[in-house]
Amino acid sequence: MGMTIAEKIIARAAGVPEVKAGEIHTVTLDRMMSNDGTTHLTIDMYHNKLRHPHIADPSKVVFIVDHNIPAENPKTAAVHKKMRDFARENGIAMYEGKGVCHQLMVENYVCPGELIFGADSHTCSYGALGAFGTGVGCTDFLYGMVTGGSWVMVPETLRFNLHGKLREGVYPRDLILTIIGDIGANGANYKCMEFAGDGAHGLSVNDRFVLCNLAVEAGAKTGIVEPDEKVKEYVESRGRKAEHLFTSDPDAKFLKVYDYDLDKIEPVVACPDFVDNITPLRELPHVDIDEAFLGSCNNGRIDELRVAASILKGRKVKDCVRFIVSPASNEVYLQALREGIIDTLLEAGAMVMNANCSVCWGSCQGVIGENEVLVSTGTRNFKGRAGHKTSKVYLASAAVVTASAVAGYITGPESL
Amino acid sequence: MSKIFTFKNDVDTDQIIASQYLLLPNIDEMKGHAFESLSDTFASEVKPGDLIVAGDNFGCGSSREQAPSVLKALGVQAIIAKSFARIFYRNAINIGLPVLVSPELSDAVQQGQEATLDLSAGTVTVEGKTYTCTKLPPYMQRILNAGGLIAFLNQDTE
Repeated sequence: MGMTIAEKIIARAAGVPEVKAGEIHTVTLDRMMSNDGTTHLTIDMYHNKLRHPHIADPSKVVFIVDHNIPAENPKTAAVHKKMRDFARENGIAMYEGKGVCHQLMVENYVCPGELIFGADSHTCSYGALGAFGTGVGCTDFLYGMVTGGSWVMVPETLRFNLHGKLREGVYPRDLILTIIGDIGANGANYKCMEFAGDGAHGLSVNDRFVLCNLAVEAGAKTGIVEPDEKVKEYVESRGRKAEHLFTSDPDAKFLKVYDYDLDKIEPVVACPDFVDNITPLRELPHVDIDEAFLGSCNNGRIDELRVAASILKGRKVKDCVRFIVSPASNEVYLQALREGIIDTLLEAGAMVMNANCSVCWGSCQGVIGENEVLVSTGTRNFKGRAGHKTSKVYLASAAVVTASAVAGYITGPESL
Repeated sequence: MSKIFTFKNDVDTDQIIASQYLLLPNIDEMKGHAFESLSDTFASEVKPGDLIVAGDNFGCGSSREQAPSVLKALGVQAIIAKSFARIFYRNAINIGLPVLVSPELSDAVQQGQEATLDLSAGTVTVEGKTYTCTKLPPYMQRILNAGGLIAFLNQDTE
């Protein structure tokens, strides 16, 4: 019986020739990432709960401070110090203020075919490089760090065959939001979302990141784009190896197969308070905004910053709107500086923040007040996600977010 | 007897414990904020042994283990839902908080009703009617029986 990409990666990590969906296997983890959202609890458990505290292989572990950076109060500072001290004592790589964890992992670590645990739900992003990344809590993370392994239930796979190309002004973010709207917020619960077909291979690594990153918003355990030469080029250009470019066998078993014609996708908005609450932009009623956010692990890369700059050139952010921009990493930030994008953003009246989770995380920068409305390229629009429980979050592409910042209400660039 | 607290479908982990409290030093400092956006009274009214009964996709969203941890710290005995989001489900078992799946319970009961949970049998009895929940896979049951993944690990390394 043939295997899917997810099954092949788990079989490799389990050291067995074959696995099937539904089986539970013990695996060796290739890599583990934890950020400042939960690492302080992991470290407390390491010191206080373990009978024999030790770390199986520190070289496989990465700590990244990206959620509340720079620290905004003494309690956060204490959390960061705890991470910093533990990393130093145990020889763990530590990044602070260099960018959003998933962006840094893809830039610096992830290799195709790897099985990676991250103490963050958007770890599913690593499927952009043909890896199996999945989000775990801090107890799972601790177990992995101590033993070097874990257990996984092999997920069933939903296969998405993508055909053709997105039209001008339509983005991978519109595609994945459309898919989540179609299958629902638990439409892929416990499953792997696998993307393939000529439409998938036509997408850049950055665009694939956008698709895989939001897989968890449909409940998926991971999202993986079938890796190809573009993935090989990306990782080799960064000095890493692309040894395992797994593709699903022709007789692999998929739970369901979906086909999407990319030229039929149109700009969409995820309305409050659920990511699957999708409305085509052209059908959205008039929604005034107080704040717009461009950034996050989903949509803060150079491609999106270029889109924003192209719209903002010669225009101004509306007086009553805060437009907050946070590049996904310092590498992205530097590239944007070289291209003059940051000049354009600042001249238009945007606030450009350091590379971090920023508004998407809802607790550090750009928190919104009572009944305020945010249009965002972030990952979630849950009730109160960006601040007060009565506030509202709409999710849309970088083009719609930027155009909305200029107009003062949610709209696309063609209406400016 | 346990008191039932009911929740609807798609309760996400931001509602269980909001981002702004996650970097507090420990779970005890966070637990008073559980379900703050959905209920003004949950954290003060819930008593040790009480039950949460919910619809589909309970615990969707972020991987924050603080979500099941604050509920456990408040004394919630178990959560019974139509279905759970996978990271929350796994986290709950890992910290030794029982999570049971029942397709019918959430439609049959109301906030404030009294219930009796028989964890070993996997049944909940409300007003004389008994509901049977789906059993955990044996591997996960072993983790839960040990009291969670860390206790399971400590057994292993004895």
